[in-house]
Amino acid sequence: MNTIEREVDVLVIGGGTAGPMAAVKAKQAGPDLKVLLLEKAHVKRSGAISMGMDGLNNAVVPGFATPEQYVREITAANDGIVNQKTILAYAENSYAMIEELDRWGVKFEKDETGDYAMRKVHHMGTYVLPMPEGHDIKKVLYRQLKKNRIEITNRLVATRLIVGEDGRIAGTFAFDCRTGDFHVVRAKSVVLACGAAGRLGLPASGYLFGTYENPTNAGDGYSMAYHAGAELSGIECFQINPLIKDYNGPACAYVTGPFGGYTTNSRGERFIECDYWSGQMMQEFHNELSGGNGPVFLKLDHLAEETISTIETILHTNERPSRGRFHAGRGTDYRERMVEMHISEIGLCSGHSASGVWVDEHAATTVPGLYSAGDMACVPHNYMLGAFVYGRFAGVSAARHAQVHSHAAVAASQIEAERQRVWAPLLRESGLPPAQVEYKLRRMVNDYLQPPKVTKKMQLGLERFEAIREDLDLLHARNPHELMRAMEVHAIRDCAEMAARASLYRTESRWGLYHARVDYPERNDADWRVHVQLHKNAAGEMACFKRPLEPYVIAMDQDEHAAYQKLRIHKEAVPA
Amino acid sequence: MSFPTFSLAQQRTSVPVRIDDEKCIADKGCTVCVDVCPLDVLAIDLTRGKAYMAFDECWYCMPCEKDCPTGAVQVDIPYLLR
Ligand SMILES: Cc1cc2nc3c(=O)[nH]c(=O)nc-3n(C[C@H](O)[C@H](O)[C@H](O)COP(=O)(O)OP(=O)(O)OC[C@H]3O[C@@H](n4cnc5c(N)ncnc54)[C@H](O)[C@@H]3O)c2cc1C
Ligand code: SF4
Ligand code: SF4
Repeated sequence: MNTIEREVDVLVIGGGTAGPMAAVKAKQAGPDLKVLLLEKAHVKRSGAISMGMDGLNNAVVPGFATPEQYVREITAANDGIVNQKTILAYAENSYAMIEELDRWGVKFEKDETGDYAMRKVHHMGTYVLPMPEGHDIKKVLYRQLKKNRIEITNRLVATRLIVGEDGRIAGTFAFDCRTGDFHVVRAKSVVLACGAAGRLGLPASGYLFGTYENPTNAGDGYSMAYHAGAELSGIECFQINPLIKDYNGPACAYVTGPFGGYTTNSRGERFIECDYWSGQMMQEFHNELSGGNGPVFLKLDHLAEETISTIETILHTNERPSRGRFHAGRGTDYRERMVEMHISEIGLCSGHSASGVWVDEHAATTVPGLYSAGDMACVPHNYMLGAFVYGRFAGVSAARHAQVHSHAAVAASQIEAERQRVWAPLLRESGLPPAQVEYKLRRMVNDYLQPPKVTKKMQLGLERFEAIREDLDLLHARNPHELMRAMEVHAIRDCAEMAARASLYRTESRWGLYHARVDYPERNDADWRVHVQLHKNAAGEMACFKRPLEPYVIAMDQDEHAAYQKLRIHKEAVPA
Repeated sequence: MSFPTFSLAQQRTSVPVRIDDEKCIADKGCTVCVDVCPLDVLAIDLTRGKAYMAFDECWYCMPCEKDCPTGAVQVDIPYLLR
């Protein structure tokens, strides 16, 4: 096994959605810069959009919505805890990004006149743009990477960021999951785009890789940002999604809603006004699931044959195409039976909820030279289009930084320490298999952190995560592939500890099910209308603190603020 | 310091991805499915010149099946969630 050192100007880590965009935009902003895109899998098919996407969940298209309306919608959906500037920056740049993707060849649905065929799914405004032929999005991105001559390395797993002696970012450490070679990549600026922490909770099936998120995104990005000293935010605002039971695809009210499908209880009755995913919606979903009218279903059986076959074509060829096989195996036909739903394992993901590395409206983190975008960067409800827009911001910012800074000096001891940590599982003669440690860790996450959250349980969870920290020194890998799994266990453990600490810190309930604390059931705006930040403090310990909200740039009225508090459909009392 | 020792057992598992050996042309140099898999769980058996699933760590996402030039790959739902 070798050690390979190289030097670039801009390094982008993660070649899924935000990463390729960041790399292209960095190169366009500084054509003389050496830009490297470093990916754990293969950029052709990596990340959440590996097989395409069903639609844009948050498109701000003129004529349908304004950036200001979008900021109000997300401020309400995220219970007020947002840095509005970051959301406004997204909203103002969202349409230009759709047009650019359209020019690049991404197919969005249009009406007869060639306008985007927008659909209403959110509680207040219209933001969903379907892309039933969105299979080729990765191909389109790949073409742009080639056209802009971006250098790519596949199958390199980044493990820790390199921090220079002056506190600036200096690159990353990585290893090759096929050869075990250790890589030291020095850079003047770094974009972290490693996606969600998708392997935190254990799916009810017990299958480690049956997660909602692409399981390649194990939380590596969160862990790397933390160890580099970056501030993270909103970690306690978990990601929990309504999914098809046992299958990890969304039941997809977004796709079926505009066709007339909806979420019901076992009596076939609607119980929520709006299927847009929010913590409040998930709370109602959870109540229905565990109440007498449960479980919950996706109802399509009332729709016309033509409509159902259109839905099938979309859902069974795009995004999560193995869905059709799952239904076939269970004998579920949308025409005849409602589809049973359940809630997902917990994860961290700002694309869907709000947990991520703290970034400003230029995608800058709190570490000089480090930028972040996509699911792992805290811009609530950012989804795919947000990953592209912030990918662009991050790429441009990273290019500018690299144009005016040199490489930071790095202590040799830092390199040696990381090489030893990474190679240790391969060099040990025997030890614990990574899959076994991961299973136990993630089961503990379910046992102790799955909402509703209970103080004592989370404290016990922390004890278990501490005990598992010691097991990390016993992990054994028989080959570089197992080494990848072993190092992922390190990251998952960090994320589990973050999830517990941030949740314990915020002593109130907020965001519906995402942060429902049994011992503090009320929302407490007097003390908690703040961001909860998490970082590694001067003593090297994981610590939380409050960050005041920036003053809103878009004023909210009371009705808007409360819009997402009233999702349950209340039946009129029928006189006997 | 003494190192703890570990006793280990091999456990069998049925894997969700099947390769049709008749159709697979890995012996002619094809590695497409191995290249595209985001979880890096497919490999080529060099003695037989055929692709196979080396690790039961599958997201049943299907790039392997979609991109295989000869239609040799079949992705099933993993048994635990079938
Ligand atoms: C099933 C599903 C359905 C969705 N549906 C929609 C939808 O309909 N509409 C919508 O707008 N959004 C949707 N989303 C959300 C959207 O896909 C994401 O918000 C977006 O793609 C995130 O982009 P990203 O770049 O942050 O992450 P990804 O695209 O996942 O990219 C992360 C990349 O980082 C790489 N990586 C991870 N760790 C490392 C490491 N240690 N070293 C190097 N590389 C690493 C990964 O391999 C991956 O390529 C969906 C998501 C999922 C999972
Ligand atoms: S892509 Fe198809 S033909 Fe090529 S190695 Fe894989 S199974 Fe064989
Ligand atoms: S379905 Fe996805 S994860 Fe499974 S082998 Fe194929 S490409 Fe890999």
